[in-house]
Amino acid sequence: MGQPDVIIIGAGPAGVRAAEALVGAGLRPTIIDEGRRAGGQIYRRQPENFRRPYGELYGTEAGRAKALHDGFDALAGRVDYRPETLVWNIADRHVWTAAGGRQQALPFDALLLCTGATDRLMPVKGWDLAGTYSLGGAQVALKAQACAIGRRVAFVGTGPLLYLVAAQYVKAGAGVAAVLDTSPFAARVAALPKLLAQPGVLRDGVALTLALKRAGVALHAGVEPLEVLGDADAGVTGLRFRDGRGRERAIGADAVALGYHLRPETQLADLARCAFAFEPKTRQWLPERDGDGRSSVPGVYLAGDGARILGARSAEATGRLAALAVLADLGLPVDAGELADLRRQVAGYARFAEGLAEAFPWPAAQAGKLPDETVLCRCENVTAGDLRRTVREAGAKEANRAKAFSRVGMGRCQGRYCGQAAAEVVAAEAGVPVEQVGRLRGQAPVKPLPIAIEEDAP
Amino acid sequence: MQGRFVRLAETGRAQVTIHVDGAPVTALEGDTLMVAILASGRHLRRSEFGDGPRAGFCLMGACQDCWVWTEAGDRLRACTTQPAEGMRISTSQPGATWASLT
Ligand SMILES: Cc1cc2nc3c(=O)[nH]c(=O)nc-3n(C[C@H](O)[C@H](O)[C@H](O)COP(=O)(O)OP(=O)(O)OC[C@H]3O[C@@H](n4cnc5c(N)ncnc54)[C@H](O)[C@@H]3O)c2cc1C
Repeated sequence: MGQPDVIIIGAGPAGVRAAEALVGAGLRPTIIDEGRRAGGQIYRRQPENFRRPYGELYGTEAGRAKALHDGFDALAGRVDYRPETLVWNIADRHVWTAAGGRQQALPFDALLLCTGATDRLMPVKGWDLAGTYSLGGAQVALKAQACAIGRRVAFVGTGPLLYLVAAQYVKAGAGVAAVLDTSPFAARVAALPKLLAQPGVLRDGVALTLALKRAGVALHAGVEPLEVLGDADAGVTGLRFRDGRGRERAIGADAVALGYHLRPETQLADLARCAFAFEPKTRQWLPERDGDGRSSVPGVYLAGDGARILGARSAEATGRLAALAVLADLGLPVDAGELADLRRQVAGYARFAEGLAEAFPWPAAQAGKLPDETVLCRCENVTAGDLRRTVREAGAKEANRAKAFSRVGMGRCQGRYCGQAAAEVVAAEAGVPVEQVGRLRGQAPVKPLPIAIEEDAP
Repeated sequence: MQGRFVRLAETGRAQVTIHVDGAPVTALEGDTLMVAILASGRHLRRSEFGDGPRAGFCLMGACQDCWVWTEAGDRLRACTTQPAEGMRISTSQPGATWASLT
């Protein structure tokens, strides 16, 4: 038998650890990533001519970041690495790539989807004003470009990244106006038993909150964001919100970093025809997989945050685990002890992630309360009222039907930033559970392609 | 005019000059186009739906809210494109009519 074609999509923690395991077994996988440099989100690398040391860039995770980068660099020559290459479709057991205006179709025997996550967004009135960024985007500005998104940044949303990025801003000397968390503090206390599954990470998280307090940053829990203030000329000038005691307040800010934890990038799993299931705890649809990362489609494997949001450490473990599943399915030997150890680790990460979901819940109820004039879809300027009207007048109670009628999710982001909130708006308006609304189907190309594109012989 | 983004470190890099809508903009080597433009400006483009100026959103190539164009008409994602000396950028699509924007 010739060498099997194994393709990994994503060179973050999951993809890199998967590649290492495959190379260790004598295979030569292809690794495709849209980014310029390997590392993925958490261990995103700065451009080559930047000088900040690891400790400054990655804080408590500096050692892990360096280990991952070194691990990847050590694979040079033993993998077919394709940076700055977008996978835009999966069809007929081929991966379709686009790079620099050229496209190619690569056949695979095994495919590992390690596509990571993006911010999960709940709209707020005024979030279409210039100066509102995704929370992850605020972090990218700092990590990859040594910039702050504004002079006085309000951090709004929920989840561990909210505190992490705010603390990273403070440490880098940026102005932080406030941290406004929609989750009540009591939820964090109630989630403690599960969060103790990773005491070190919990401790680091508490330390971040303390560092923000020491720096004099106002921290509010249990808030309801009401409106990003500003106008078309100035962009963002502030934020109006209801605090945990129900009082309406306003703060000044020239930028807002908005994010409600993460959502997995699942379009490619969808195009590969993987089955999905609704996860009630996070109210998201996730591709189904067995404990080792096998999807419902033979030869297609899932790992890292792209399968389920379990965090960076888990991404390393699930990446390796999925690679071992590939090896086992190809009939190659796999160390049973290592398998058992990885499965045990992942179970711990899953318990911690469940704790995070309870401590920082997705504020589903906000969707129903969005004023009608709130822009829901930033791409096509569709408002919450427009979508509600299609529910009432066209009877569109299913995500893809509502999209066809209202254009929500049809724009250039393809529903990444509005899709989940739109489903909640439809559910609230129609009075049905959100799982009944379903999910937007992934469509090729998963991102807009340059208009002129030439085909290469495979 | 004061820029939207604030440079906090790494300011000793070599300079690159580009032109945005005809005006010179000084970028630093290793910048993204988005950072180069927003370090001195307030926005990147106007929403084609008439709801005002936009300045990008996700910075990771997912939202596509930061499209700009070369003067030759090639579309660029400002958050993932690096400026090169002499680059000439247009914040609106050259020759675009309303109908071709949708
Ligand atoms: C913006 C952001 C910041 C984060 N920061 C932190 C942090 O500071 N600390 C923390 O603990 N966790 C952080 N997280 C969570 C973090 O993403 C994960 O825990 C970890 O990076 C997941 O690793 P991964 O390998 O699953 O995915 P990622 O690291 O996200 O890697 C996925 C890779 O897949 C590539 N990819 C996806 N789709 C395609 C495609 N179609 N074609 C080509 N390539 C593709 C992407 O370019 C990316 O490099 C962050 C998440 C985000 C979104």
